[in-house]
Amino acid sequence: MVTRMKILIVEDDLEAAAYLAKAFREAGIVSDHASDGESGLFMASENAYDVLVVDRMLPRRDGLSLITELRRKDIHTPVLILSALGQVDDRVTGLRAGGDDYLPKPYAFSELLARVEVLGRRKGAPEQDMFYRVGDLELDRLSHSVRRQGREIPLQPREFRLLEYLMKNAGQVVTRTMLLENVWDYHFDPQTNVIDVHVSRLRSKIEKDFDPPLLRTIRGAGYMIKDDRTTDA
Amino acid sequence: MSRISVLFRTTAVRLSALYLVLFSLCAAFLVFYVTGMSERLLQQQTRDSIAAEVTQIADVYDRAGINGLLRSLERRARQPGANLYVIAGPNGEILAGNVAALQPGLLDNEGWKSEPFRYRRFTDESRAERHVALAQVLVLDNGLRILVGRDLQEPEKFRVLVRQALMVALGIMGLGALVIWFGIGRNALRRIDRMSEASTKIMAGDLSQRLPTSGSGDEFDRLSESLNAMLERIEKLNEGLKQVSDNIAHDLKTPLTRLRNKAEAALADTEGGNQSGALEQIIAESDQLIRTFNALLMISRVEAGSAVAEMSEVDLAQIVADCVELYEPLAEDKEMRIEAEAAPGVAISGNRELVSQALGNLIDNAIKYAEGAENPLIRVEMKRSDRHVVLTVADHGPGIPENLRGEVVKRFVRLDESRSKPGTGLGLSLVDAVMEMHRGSLELSATEEDGRGLAVRMVFPAVAT
Repeated sequence: MVTRMKILIVEDDLEAAAYLAKAFREAGIVSDHASDGESGLFMASENAYDVLVVDRMLPRRDGLSLITELRRKDIHTPVLILSALGQVDDRVTGLRAGGDDYLPKPYAFSELLARVEVLGRRKGAPEQDMFYRVGDLELDRLSHSVRRQGREIPLQPREFRLLEYLMKNAGQVVTRTMLLENVWDYHFDPQTNVIDVHVSRLRSKIEKDFDPPLLRTIRGAGYMIKDDRTTDA
Repeated sequence: MSRISVLFRTTAVRLSALYLVLFSLCAAFLVFYVTGMSERLLQQQTRDSIAAEVTQIADVYDRAGINGLLRSLERRARQPGANLYVIAGPNGEILAGNVAALQPGLLDNEGWKSEPFRYRRFTDESRAERHVALAQVLVLDNGLRILVGRDLQEPEKFRVLVRQALMVALGIMGLGALVIWFGIGRNALRRIDRMSEASTKIMAGDLSQRLPTSGSGDEFDRLSESLNAMLERIEKLNEGLKQVSDNIAHDLKTPLTRLRNKAEAALADTEGGNQSGALEQIIAESDQLIRTFNALLMISRVEAGSAVAEMSEVDLAQIVADCVELYEPLAEDKEMRIEAEAAPGVAISGNRELVSQALGNLIDNAIKYAEGAENPLIRVEMKRSDRHVVLTVADHGPGIPENLRGEVVKRFVRLDESRSKPGTGLGLSLVDAVMEMHRGSLELSATEEDGRGLAVRMVFPAVAT
């Protein structure tokens, strides 16, 4: 059994916080709650959390200042900022203040969950792994090559980056927005299902002549690459 | 009265008053300095000539004695414009000369009379008349005193004349300034009055009003012009706002009603067979609503120009390449083809994210509306001229009739009444707002000669390289 993730939600809207706590619990994540910036800062400094989910506008100390103060104290727990402001520069200021991810309100819970899980996992996994493996699929970041069952699969540069991101977060749900942000570096809504088309192209390349399927669609959330036979989570 | 006091508070009048005072001070100083200097010079000349004469007279006395002296003085005194000559006894009584009376005690000592003194002439009609002169006294060895002097009337007259002229000039200047003040001040006031009249109307809600300009291009015109440009922008924003709130009410009612109906149906579905399906539809429906709201917010933020801070020099060719790459598979799925032609190395001042989104919207629209066209080609082309960089997305779909091309840019305007294609009706509005923010423009035309196909041109101002 994997150790359960423990997070802190700093949110002044009690109803929203209660909903989040319940939804996280159902997803197997333990959460604490702080309803203002000061107590949030105190709790985040005193306890070890895997991820902090911080609302940007908080009473007594705003979200950004909470993060700045935390970083000043040399505490590097990953922070996801929730904000009702969705402007491009809001995201930039949020990340500049020391936040690790930014999600504008309103959001789908599946999106928040996927991002929290990726952040929580990031703490343990070394960022600079040069080699990823999922089942019999191997990706070599140095030589930019992908092999499955020992056979080389030629990929376009973007397809490579897409697969790289999926494999880096193997076993975890990645949403379409996360792909758009991390693979294409876009933060807008492309209106249509462009990402789906890219993923299905990638899928046909890595799964057409192979078994079993590795890349699957998680309904209402996004995608996940995983080998069922291994039990790493 | 208050009108006059208002006049005096205008900048033009205040400035000209200040100039007048400064100028008068300078002029007065100059005149006093010049007259003072010339007077001193004249006095010096007078002193020199008197001294020379005294020397001559002393010389004559030495050579020819008292008789020679008398003859010489007589001759000198008769010359036109002669100096003053007096021969006096040891006690100061005047024995001979061309002076009727002198200031008493003047002849007591030999040498220069350091100050100009008063005397009376024989020709004076009244005793009251007095003249001013400068003189030197010579005491002979027999006790007689000789005074040689010169009248100072002339320089004095000159000084008085110059000073009078100055006073008259200052008077005229003051009068002129008053007239000019009145003219300028009144003109300025009248124009200010007209401007404040117009702004009162604007404040009352008539945003179509503009401040008057005289066409002379002066400072008032420049002020009016920039205020008018501001008003133009405010009016546009205001119109956009009004249009949005009208359309929001109209266009969001439909999906909200649908949402409500679905929730109601799910609630009524007591068997629970299809409840989760209905809930999923509800979520999808709300996601679409959120999407619409986000797009609206995005547009208004771009229009308000708050993203301007994030502008930098961006490589347009790279943006084109990335965007085309993003949408290419989608087009291919629909059996369409995107052809991109963008020479590398063309930079514009812009926001990568927003330009990408705008271009993405255009390509997305082309894929959406030109699907199934005879010619499935979408052309994305970047061209650079001296002053502009033009990015064109052209399809061969049904296009947009000329009279509706201005309409589609407006928020929530969609040409297919059935709303069969997915979309918010905000795509082109965003592109338009983005172009406005980049100080460029958005132009719609037909791709083909016969008016078929839509070509959308994003015109950016070129960055000087």
